[in-house]
Amino acid sequence: MEALVASAVGVMTAAGIFLILRRRTFPVILGLSLLTYAVNVFLFATGRLALDAPAVLNKYKEVPYTDPLPQALVLTAIVISFGMTAVIVMIALSAYLSSKDDHIDMNANDSVDAPGEDA
Amino acid sequence: MSLFLIAALPFLGAVFPALLIRAGRNAAASAAGLTTFLALMGLLIHIPSVMRGDVVTARFEWMPALGLNANFMLDGLGFLFALLILGIGLLIILYARFYLSREDPMGQFYTYLLLFQGAMVGIVLSDNILLLLIFWELTSLSSFLLIGYWKHLPEGRQGARMALAVTGSGGLAMIAGMLILGNIVGSYDLSVILQNKELIQASPYYLPALILILLGCFTKSAQFPFHFWLPHAMAAPTPVSAYLHSATMVKAGLFLMARMWPVLAGTDAWFYIVATTGLITMLMGAVIALFKDDLKALLAFSTVSHLGLVTMLLGFGTKIAAVAAIFHIINHATFKAALFMTAGIVDHETGTRDIKRLGGLRHLMPITFTIGTIAALSMAGIPPLNGFLSKEMMLEETVHTTWLHSHYLVPGLALLAALFSAAYSFRFVSHVFLGPERHDYPAHPHDPPVGLWLAPAFLVVLVVLIGLNSAAIVGPLVAVVSSAVIGGEKLPYYSLKLWHGFTPALYMSVVATLGGLFLLSLHRHEEKIWNALPRPEAKVIFDTVIGVLTRLSRLITDTLHNGVLSRYAVIMIGFTLALGYYAYTTGTIGPETREALPIQIIPLIGWICLVGATLAIMWFHRNRLLSLVLIGVVGLIVSMAFNYLSAPDLALTQISVEVVTMILLLLSLNFLPTDTPWDSSAARRWRDAAISVMAGIGSGALIYALLLRDFAFPTISEFHLANSYKGGGGTNVVNVILVDFRGFDTFGEIIVLGIAALIIFALTEAVLGTNVRSYLLNRKPHWPQSGDSHPLMMVVVTRMMMPIALMVGAYIFFRGHNQPGGGFIAGLVVAIAFLMQYMASGYTWAIERQRFYYHGSIGWGVLIAAATGLGAWFNDRPFLTSDFGYIHWPPLEEFEWATAILFDTGVFLAVLGAVMLALDSLSRFAWQPGMAQEFPMDINPLRDNPPQEEENMEQV
Repeated sequence: MEALVASAVGVMTAAGIFLILRRRTFPVILGLSLLTYAVNVFLFATGRLALDAPAVLNKYKEVPYTDPLPQALVLTAIVISFGMTAVIVMIALSAYLSSKDDHIDMNANDSVDAPGEDA
Repeated sequence: MSLFLIAALPFLGAVFPALLIRAGRNAAASAAGLTTFLALMGLLIHIPSVMRGDVVTARFEWMPALGLNANFMLDGLGFLFALLILGIGLLIILYARFYLSREDPMGQFYTYLLLFQGAMVGIVLSDNILLLLIFWELTSLSSFLLIGYWKHLPEGRQGARMALAVTGSGGLAMIAGMLILGNIVGSYDLSVILQNKELIQASPYYLPALILILLGCFTKSAQFPFHFWLPHAMAAPTPVSAYLHSATMVKAGLFLMARMWPVLAGTDAWFYIVATTGLITMLMGAVIALFKDDLKALLAFSTVSHLGLVTMLLGFGTKIAAVAAIFHIINHATFKAALFMTAGIVDHETGTRDIKRLGGLRHLMPITFTIGTIAALSMAGIPPLNGFLSKEMMLEETVHTTWLHSHYLVPGLALLAALFSAAYSFRFVSHVFLGPERHDYPAHPHDPPVGLWLAPAFLVVLVVLIGLNSAAIVGPLVAVVSSAVIGGEKLPYYSLKLWHGFTPALYMSVVATLGGLFLLSLHRHEEKIWNALPRPEAKVIFDTVIGVLTRLSRLITDTLHNGVLSRYAVIMIGFTLALGYYAYTTGTIGPETREALPIQIIPLIGWICLVGATLAIMWFHRNRLLSLVLIGVVGLIVSMAFNYLSAPDLALTQISVEVVTMILLLLSLNFLPTDTPWDSSAARRWRDAAISVMAGIGSGALIYALLLRDFAFPTISEFHLANSYKGGGGTNVVNVILVDFRGFDTFGEIIVLGIAALIIFALTEAVLGTNVRSYLLNRKPHWPQSGDSHPLMMVVVTRMMMPIALMVGAYIFFRGHNQPGGGFIAGLVVAIAFLMQYMASGYTWAIERQRFYYHGSIGWGVLIAAATGLGAWFNDRPFLTSDFGYIHWPPLEEFEWATAILFDTGVFLAVLGAVMLALDSLSRFAWQPGMAQEFPMDINPLRDNPPQEEENMEQV
């Protein structure tokens, strides 16, 4: 089981990073989503894997429980990553609609900053 | 008066001039003056105890963990400087009231001045070197404001920048030096440090600490080679020059050297660095001053020279030299401030400061002439004025000093400096006041009103009195201050009197005075030679250095930060990989301690789907719709995996987020191109593939290693499991952690989520306000649209689903504390219930029936969560402490109430509002006229009878 989870994390990370290194907005967004899955599963797995041991207390008998803390952290991470995805989607969309260009890189002829004013 | 109050008064008072300037210039000046006067009185109250040699302290532990204590102490040295700062400050405030013209914003001036004053008082009263550093930086900043006070003058701005750059970088060096010093001693309290001379001087870090601290002192006190900023700072109004650059700020470096004298002085390193620097500065400043035509530049270089003199005396490291240094600090402050004010008066009344255009003013401005002449003669070292006394002591000390076995080098050079010093002082008198009266002054000169000459006159009276009877007037003060400087040890024998008999110093004084007169008589010829000599121009060098630094920084920034986002990503990932590789090659790993779980068939199938889908995304990512579908597959399997691996809450959250994310991405794909073109070279793709494969292997291997080992240390999860029910009243530990144990995190997270949604809304508003809107209104969709945009079946089913979905949401919400569920998930479920209506019946239909604003939902959510947290305060508990209990209403089963449910309500509302606001904003992009339909279940009329085309045909 551990090998499956670890290899899945590795494959999702690799695919996510590959897509993040593309030069158009949409693949980058997809890459970030994939990387989010990978990171969330990674964080979740730091609590170690356990089957049939949810962290819901059983009043009637002693049962094993999995580590609840990584789960709580990942739960908020999932929701926050939705918010962040929505923001970058909106930024990408606004940029594309305004310039009709969905490159993430600045053009070489765009100046990096305005020439400094000297007193 | 408490030392806290003395240090705080100028800062508190700084508010008033800025406010009271509306009531007039006198009100602003009086407020500043009154503040300073109060602080001065507060200081003078301590005279009896200071004169007894006691140290007044005021202590307050500010951040004890850092060693930063707001400790103040007042001993002789601090008292002298505080007296100079507040006393001369008071005179300057009076002088500036009459000096500044009607156009100058006077309220600002006094506010800056008081800020500066407070920072200076803070430096000299601090008993904690960290606190001292804070005030030190504050003086740099407030003097920047003061030097650049005339913002319209480029010289003012450049001078202010230069002063800030030089003193600020010196201050940075000093921070490092002080931290080293504090580390050696183990305390940042000055009174402790001053007790540890042997420890400090034996430490191998003594020399670095010394050099770094001296860098701070030398830059602040304008010592060679950092002297060049001081003349450029003269672009400031004259009151500023008189205050900062004669009496106070430039003496901060001297103060610190005197303060640290007991522990730093006495070594060879101290002698050769400090004394040599002082000697060079003294000589060089005196020579340059003789050839400056601008009155203030002359005074500036003479100040540099005198600062060098004091530095040299401190550098000698003998007790008697330290006494001389202290005495000269007092004398210099009196005559130099008076001279600056005189220069200001001349400038004010004649309209020029150029010595070449002045002369013969003695009859036109008799009062100014008298004041200026006495002060200048004191500077030249003419008896019976106070400058003579301390210069005599200085010359006496140089005679006893050997520099690298040479007995003549130090006294010879000091004599030369004294000679030039006499010459420029005489020049100040003769070329400005003596000589024939001229008729081409830019303005008609006459003596100023009393307000302008009162302050310098007072100082000149002091000059004369101290000279005539120094032992009675400043003798006790010098004794107390000197004993504070030399660390409370017994004072050496010295006498403050005019006549010491025929000593070498007397001969040197005579030579210096006569030589100065001789030098002045040949001034015209010397000037020709001086002007013909090649001289390094400090400003050019400074500008070149700054220019090179700027270009270098720009080069680095432009290379690393050139707007190519993928380059940033490569740099970041590459660096992370390198760190990981370093950790892998240098670290060790323990043995495997956990048994791997057996691989079952269903998870294996899931794994195949996930890896297959992921690889397919990489392969087919140019087809955006397809890759979106594949991402959905990955997300679903991840949620199933969560469920399988005992994380039901995560599974619920992931699957509902998945739905919302997919809808969001699909909506956005509506407007974006459908395909990604090929625009990276094959080499680049291989490079990226290599990087990503390495990163994948790294993260996979790391988590694999982690999964097969137990925790190295006990985790805090045990605490959560044990206390979830007892302390939080819930059996779903994950939910209890979210709303209780780590409620503050959750509170922050719903705020972040709300802000994200508001950003999206704001972006939408901004974009739709531009010409993008007209483009959107006329946009043709990528794909042919369905003729039946609101299918009857879907509309009916979603409306029936609505109450059921809401019910599910409520159920999930309420069971959350004890069973998988909670506010996050319920919010997502209810959001999906709404979104179904949007999808089935159309945006326009749904928006018309919307009863509340999503912004409000976010706001209420955060407010409710905050109010729940605040409620704990009323029961004397920390923020967000929850309470719970059980109620039993027959015949119902016992059920629980907990304040956490209120908090969870806040979470629910915020999540619901944020998700809806994000998607609602995106939907507004898609809105086009004619989409609104009377009947949401209707059938698109275009499909059955496309009548327009027929009508057109008929018309044709």
